[in-house]
Amino acid sequence: MKPTARIHHYRWYELIGIYAGLLLFLAFVLAPFVEGFMVSLKPLNHLFSSPYKFWPEEASIDAYINMWERVPLLGRYILNSIFIAGVGTLLSVIFVTPAAYAFARFDFRGRGPLLGMFLAVNMFSGAVLLIPLFRLMRSFGLINTYFAMIVPGVAFTIPTGIWLLRTYMLRIPRELEEAALVDGASRFYTFRRVIVPLAMPGIAVVAIAAFLTIYAQQFIYALTFNSKTEYMPLPVGLYAFFGRQEVIWNELMAASFVGILPVFIVFIFLQRYLVAGMTAGAVKS
Amino acid sequence: MDLKRSATIFAWALLLPALLYLALIVAYPLVDTIKLSFTDASLRRTYDWVGLKNYFDIFERGFGSVIVRTFIWTFFSVATKMVIGTCGAVLLNAAVPGKTMFRVLTMPPWIVPMAIGIFMWGWMYNGQFGMISGVAQRLGILDGPFPILATGTSAFIATIVTDVWIGVPMVTIYLLAAMQSIPSDLYEAAWTDGAGRFYRFRRITLPLIVPAMVTMSMLSLISTFNSFDIIWILTKGGPSSATTTMIIDTYKVAIGSYKFGAGAARAVLICIFLSIFCFLYFRAVSRFSGEAAR
Repeated sequence: MKPTARIHHYRWYELIGIYAGLLLFLAFVLAPFVEGFMVSLKPLNHLFSSPYKFWPEEASIDAYINMWERVPLLGRYILNSIFIAGVGTLLSVIFVTPAAYAFARFDFRGRGPLLGMFLAVNMFSGAVLLIPLFRLMRSFGLINTYFAMIVPGVAFTIPTGIWLLRTYMLRIPRELEEAALVDGASRFYTFRRVIVPLAMPGIAVVAIAAFLTIYAQQFIYALTFNSKTEYMPLPVGLYAFFGRQEVIWNELMAASFVGILPVFIVFIFLQRYLVAGMTAGAVKS
Repeated sequence: MDLKRSATIFAWALLLPALLYLALIVAYPLVDTIKLSFTDASLRRTYDWVGLKNYFDIFERGFGSVIVRTFIWTFFSVATKMVIGTCGAVLLNAAVPGKTMFRVLTMPPWIVPMAIGIFMWGWMYNGQFGMISGVAQRLGILDGPFPILATGTSAFIATIVTDVWIGVPMVTIYLLAAMQSIPSDLYEAAWTDGAGRFYRFRRITLPLIVPAMVTMSMLSLISTFNSFDIIWILTKGGPSSATTTMIIDTYKVAIGSYKFGAGAARAVLICIFLSIFCFLYFRAVSRFSGEAAR
């Protein structure tokens, strides 16, 4: 038997400990989802009855039906979210791909500091730049447009994207480009026809990461730069379930689960690549 | 020689779009913030210079306690994330059946839209009917409903718990990746020498993941310090400013009451703190991963 196999031979009490730990860990991670799902299956009056019950007494999918009527624009909010994240992802890839290639292959003066500067961008995300961004968007007349919600989020996916893709491109053999250059192809042609196709899996990881990030974090820009109901992304649109007196919790949870669906589908299909890509970039840094 | 020059020009041309974009969306606003912090700018298009007035005013309005609160909030959140994340990574690193499924199930808080996860916590914290208060009553820990978000201390802890929940998957996956990259012959050699499991963990795993832990805690420090959505959705900084951190206060002043100048001064202070974190981060990274640098 190989030593590795025997190193991983756990005694029974070790196994119990590991599984107990894993279950505890997962309970913390998944509790809000499980509880949220239970709430989405409960009628509102059952929700507000004491004592607390975890399982729904009579499960119903009423919340999933009624929510479309309570918030008529719900479908629009979800599409808005997908649109904002989709256009943002496209922009992000357009900016990241050439820059990552420059950092991966060319040895120009100031490369190191510049790479550091790109990473430092992450520091200023969130509310810090909100005031000047608000003024900037206002002077370009972009308040209450999709642009104001798309543009700032993209900026903060660029550094991570460059970092991930650079790592990926470093693994592409140089000989392939050199061969193309010797054959008389221009540098740009080589980049477009040799590098971009070869880096496609890496670009895909960058795109998925950007999509998930923008989809997850479109709250603050939408809250600040947009007051038009029809342009709202889902996170802000869900405020419609917060009534004047109380929150329609079961419908809010139902709408949340429907809103999660797009990212969930992206994630299920691509989690393998995403985790591999993230960790490759992470460890090498 | 000419070839090298053309390569350099090409490299800069490739960088230009990203550079210009970040210059417009990040660098220019940063300069604008600093400029605004010395003015009385508001929604009106004209404004006057007021020198350091905004900075003096901040501290008269009890901003000192907001700073202290922000640091306490950040410290406990990051420390808890690191502890839970490290435990999680160790557990997920165990070669037991079903480990892949467990790894995938760790990710949801990270991929789900932040606001939606926070809504779910909002319900969990409901004093009358939420899970936490409900289970505590059933177990006899509480004898009546307890409004978690309506009481200062418990609201403060609750916002930290939610921040930890959102941050833990990232820490876990990152540290797991670091553990996976440790060559297995190190473990085999130690095992052949008769080293036990705990000894191998303490002498091989732990020292080798320290660089990743340092990197992760600095990144987590920056994002936690900047954390806005969680507090804003759960408490809006209340009750009576018990959860008002620097970011929340900045938002309230700048966007809530359109005092751009006063808000900008707060943002500049945040930037100064973040720069210090960033400086420490780069120093830590260069110290711990000297071999990776080129």
